[in-house]
Amino acid sequence: MIRDGRLKVNSDWNKDLKVKFTVQDPCQLVRKSLGDPVAEDLRFVVRTVVGEENFVDMTPNRSNNYCCGGGGGFLQSGMPEARRAYGKLKFDQIMATGATYAITPCHNCHAQVHDLSEHYDGGYHTVHLWTIICLAMGILGPNERTYLGPDLAELLIPEIKEADE
Amino acid sequence: MAEEAIKISGKKKSSFIDQVKKLLPEGGNLNLCLTCGACSSGCPATGLEGMDPRKFLRMAALGMDEEILKSDWVWMCTMCQRCIYVCPMKIDIPQLIFNARRTKPRDERPKGILGSCNMALKHDTCSAMGASEEDFQFVVEDVAEEVRNTQVGWEELQAPVNKQGAMYFLNQNSREPVTEPDEMVPLWKILHLGGADWTYGTKGWAAENYCMFMADDESWKHIVEVKAKAVDDLGCKYWLNTE
Ligand code: SF4
Ligand code: SF4
Repeated sequence: MIRDGRLKVNSDWNKDLKVKFTVQDPCQLVRKSLGDPVAEDLRFVVRTVVGEENFVDMTPNRSNNYCCGGGGGFLQSGMPEARRAYGKLKFDQIMATGATYAITPCHNCHAQVHDLSEHYDGGYHTVHLWTIICLAMGILGPNERTYLGPDLAELLIPEIKEADE
Repeated sequence: MAEEAIKISGKKKSSFIDQVKKLLPEGGNLNLCLTCGACSSGCPATGLEGMDPRKFLRMAALGMDEEILKSDWVWMCTMCQRCIYVCPMKIDIPQLIFNARRTKPRDERPKGILGSCNMALKHDTCSAMGASEEDFQFVVEDVAEEVRNTQVGWEELQAPVNKQGAMYFLNQNSREPVTEPDEMVPLWKILHLGGADWTYGTKGWAAENYCMFMADDESWKHIVEVKAKAVDDLGCKYWLNTE
């Protein structure tokens, strides 16, 4: 949709802000099903939306990426200590990028990566891909910003109708 | 010790490594391990419970099922398959771990996963959080209405439910409708701008499937069938699950 111009999105909003983003390759989507081509598509979208120079990849990445530890039922298994010990590798990987935002295209990843930042005091924020796309397009409503940090929370808020009396 | 030795060299009772060999083509290469350790060095679960994938494979090959099941390590592997990806022999260790999960009696498997699976079996929504068909439809329509009434330029925003013949049937993780419904909106907006012909369904809308993680094959199958039927009943062409 971005490639054929149906979604008009660009990274102008981040030219001066220079907020740094990294992206989690979900095992389920990349290694276990569609492979590196979909990881490239993902990067194309992220780079378009946040700006080439504001995207920092983790190492290793794509099909060789580490699992975040949210998959396989781990989030639901009632073993938070083991789950966070597992996720420490992912946490260190994210911290090494220096990014303030981790984009997670998968649900399990979002919950786990978010929890890791809180638990280990990482200070990074965890957002869905579509949240950032909408932010960049200036169409992210005021109630749709739960996971943004204070730096972006007030940015490009679209117009809201006056409440009817 | 003597008994142990007999158990290994003699005719051992069917252990999960044998079951897996029967299931997989070429026995899943399970005998071809070079003990190089590539699997373990890149596995985030290495070290938990003193276990790692290579050790797991060795123990399984020796028929040490009981020792393996003493710890909860089989639930700490996320089935991420990175070990297969880096293994020179492409050995399917997660499949073996999955079968080890299956050897535990159903009600002794981790309570959280068990509860989520059981909950999903209760409604045709397949929601692990137990959200009903009515609840889901109400929340979606309510949130969409709110956006149409308050946000400038979104008077036409749709979040269709049970739209017959839509191109895409979209699944939705239970977390949003149940705990943070506004988080669904950005995706709807993108689908709207992209001109996508999509729908949710009151049946089979929930994206998650904990019965799969629990290695409960029958329930897993049931959930997949309910969802597939929901997609077919609405005559949708593609089934989108972002899970
Ligand atoms: S990577 Fe493969 S060959 Fe190497 S130790 Fe692990 S299972 Fe064996
Ligand atoms: S599938 Fe399991 S054993 Fe293999 S790398 Fe992932 S967590 Fe480790």
